Amino acid sequence: MAEPMLQLKNLSVSFDTKNGEVEAVRDVSLTLNKGEILAIVGESGCGKTVMSQSVLKLLPKTSRIKQGRIIVDGEDITDYKEKEMRKLRGGVLSMVFQDPMTTLNPTIPIGKQITESIMKHNKISKEEAKKRGVEMLNLVGINQPEEMFALQPHFFSGGMRQRCVLAIALASNPKILFADEATTALDVTVQAKILNLLLDIRDKTGISIVFISHDLGVVAKIADRVAVMYAGKIVEIGTAADVFYDPRHPYVWGLMAALPSLTKAGACLATIPGMPPVMLNPPPGDAFAVRNKFALAIDYAEMPPMYEISPTHYAATWLLDEKSPQIKRPILLKRMDQ
Amino acid sequence: MNAEMILSVSQLHQHFQINKDLTIKAVNGVSFNIRKGEVVGLVGETGSGKSTVARSIMGIYPATQGEVYFKGNKITDKKVYHQNKEDIHNNMQIIFQDSAAALNPRMTVAEIILEPIIVNKLMKDKNKIQQKLDSLLLEVGLDHTYKNKYPVEISGGQRQRVAIARCLSTSPDLIIADEPIASLDVSIQAQIITLFQKLQREHGFSFLLIAHDLSIIKFICDKVAVMLNGRIMEIGTTKEIFSHPAHPYTQSLLSAVPVPDPIYERSKVLIDYDVKSANEEAEMVELSPKHSVLNNFQSFVLQKSY
Ligand SMILES: Nc1ncnc2c1ncn2[C@@H]1O[C@H](COP(=O)(O)OP(=O)(O)OP(=O)(O)O)[C@@H](O)[C@H]1O
Ligand SMILES: Nc1ncnc2c1ncn2[C@@H]1O[C@H](COP(=O)(O)OP(=O)(O)OP(=O)(O)O)[C@@H](O)[C@H]1O
Ligand SMILES: [Mg+2]
Ligand SMILES: [Mg+2]
Repeated sequence: MAEPMLQLKNLSVSFDTKNGEVEAVRDVSLTLNKGEILAIVGESGCGKTVMSQSVLKLLPKTSRIKQGRIIVDGEDITDYKEKEMRKLRGGVLSMVFQDPMTTLNPTIPIGKQITESIMKHNKISKEEAKKRGVEMLNLVGINQPEEMFALQPHFFSGGMRQRCVLAIALASNPKILFADEATTALDVTVQAKILNLLLDIRDKTGISIVFISHDLGVVAKIADRVAVMYAGKIVEIGTAADVFYDPRHPYVWGLMAALPSLTKAGACLATIPGMPPVMLNPPPGDAFAVRNKFALAIDYAEMPPMYEISPTHYAATWLLDEKSPQIKRPILLKRMDQ
Repeated sequence: MNAEMILSVSQLHQHFQINKDLTIKAVNGVSFNIRKGEVVGLVGETGSGKSTVARSIMGIYPATQGEVYFKGNKITDKKVYHQNKEDIHNNMQIIFQDSAAALNPRMTVAEIILEPIIVNKLMKDKNKIQQKLDSLLLEVGLDHTYKNKYPVEISGGQRQRVAIARCLSTSPDLIIADEPIASLDVSIQAQIITLFQKLQREHGFSFLLIAHDLSIIKFICDKVAVMLNGRIMEIGTTKEIFSHPAHPYTQSLLSAVPVPDPIYERSKVLIDYDVKSANEEAEMVELSPKHSVLNNFQSFVLQKSY
């Protein structure tokens, strides 16, 4: 039986800026089960980072949760204050940020940062913490971990820093890991090793992972389920097979078509025309309508509901309405094994 | 030297002395050439020295050993560098791995883009400068409403395009782009790659493109160099490297490229490469005029492809 570790119920998050309200996350509902890896994908600025940081309550003061509930391991944490959150963060909840330098202190040796973080959440001696730290660095594939322990972050390359941050995040045995572009700075072989490592840790410990990435290849490898966001909303969610082999939202068709690996060298890449909307005054209907060549009149007027395609697969597009014209979806993925 | 040659790197070494016990040999004898209009990709393991190669070419640190020639001038020589300083500043531009994050937060988009022109006094006429700004913005696909915005007010992808527009402002001969698109999502990546292709076609810029994403390298590079532990393992035309990878590290790298296909991706077998199996003493072997490989692995059988 699936055991929910994280539930978002109709979550909306906004920023109050001098130009008005920025609606970064709009009415997002999702469930992450124990031992599950849920990938969040979508264009820059669609609200992936804000959504995960709102769970961790790491957003600046100008932000506010407008509506909805956040439930972690059965506990409603929506109204938790900083003191209660501090206990959760780095313990039950752990995270790897998009930019490793925001997590690492540039003046303190890597090793010290790791041991300190381990000691904060585990009652163990300094020696044990150090041993575990070296072990973690080894685990994430840092060569000569003992020597590297004494060095400040600027001695490390971009990818090495990223691995250190991952080591810190995993060292406290969290129940939920938020990985925000955690493998983006890594080369493909190291990336593949880290992804296998995450899958391995998941199998052993039953950790749940929210995996934010724009790399659909990486998502294909690691995700059990995939949520696609556009303009602060989830527009499609389903198992990896649902979303990759049977996408229903035209935005997801666009994303798949823009992949260079699927295009022959020298050919033109398909781009999705236009830009994502500014979230100051999101349009009334489907925010993707202006960039969608399949848009219907109703798309400009009214927000589409979530349509159930199967018990695991949902998408929010008017194209799925029974009254809509039948559209032949462009040919996207050919399964490699067929 | 060939007049068409824009950049020539020869036996470049870059060692960092951390303390008396530890020296990091970041770059260990790297050689390659870039001709006019050529797009050369540099790929390889994290920490293999790619960014250090880029920074050494730019003269950000003096090379421990080896030479860099820019348009025939040996710019690793201090005197030559200073004689050609202006040319180097105007005609060799770098987009850093974290350019987007490094934009000065107190400057507007317009100020950021025009700074190299103003600092190097390339243009004086106010109207001409504004025209240049408009055309640069157009080139990178931003409309004029972005001029007065500050970096925090625009998205990551837009910031990266501002960094690119700034880099284009002096119409350089060579652009060194260190992971210019790694942090961008696919649709914006596609826009920026398309932009690079257009610039290369229309203006004949040469590129040194550092990237992790081999599908992008395959897509736009003429030539690829694969790095590991500060050395080039294999270098050749993109076609040769992707269709006949000779070095086991290249083979492992290609096998690891993630494919957006869940069933295939989960069942695929990675080719593992054990770094420790490599011989220290080795030299580059030419497999064909378009393809060379470092002969540092045991199972190597010389197979000339011509
Ligand atoms: N502090 C802030 N003040 C105002 N608006 C903000 C703030 N932080 C984020 N936003 C806005 O919220 C929206 C969502 O941002 P978010 O960082 O979640 O995007 P993302 O999906 O993570 O994008 P990326 O892929 O570029 O990281 C964007 O439109 C962004 O401009
Ligand atoms: N300023 C420096 N001082 C000391 N060591 C350095 C310095 N810059 C880089 N290094 C070291 O040199 C090696 C190569 O680093 P570099 O940043 O060139 O790697 P990279 O190939 O660009 O990696 P990535 O893909 O992760 O960006 C690393 O071991 C790094 O720790
Ligand atoms: Mg983000
Ligand atoms: Mg680098």
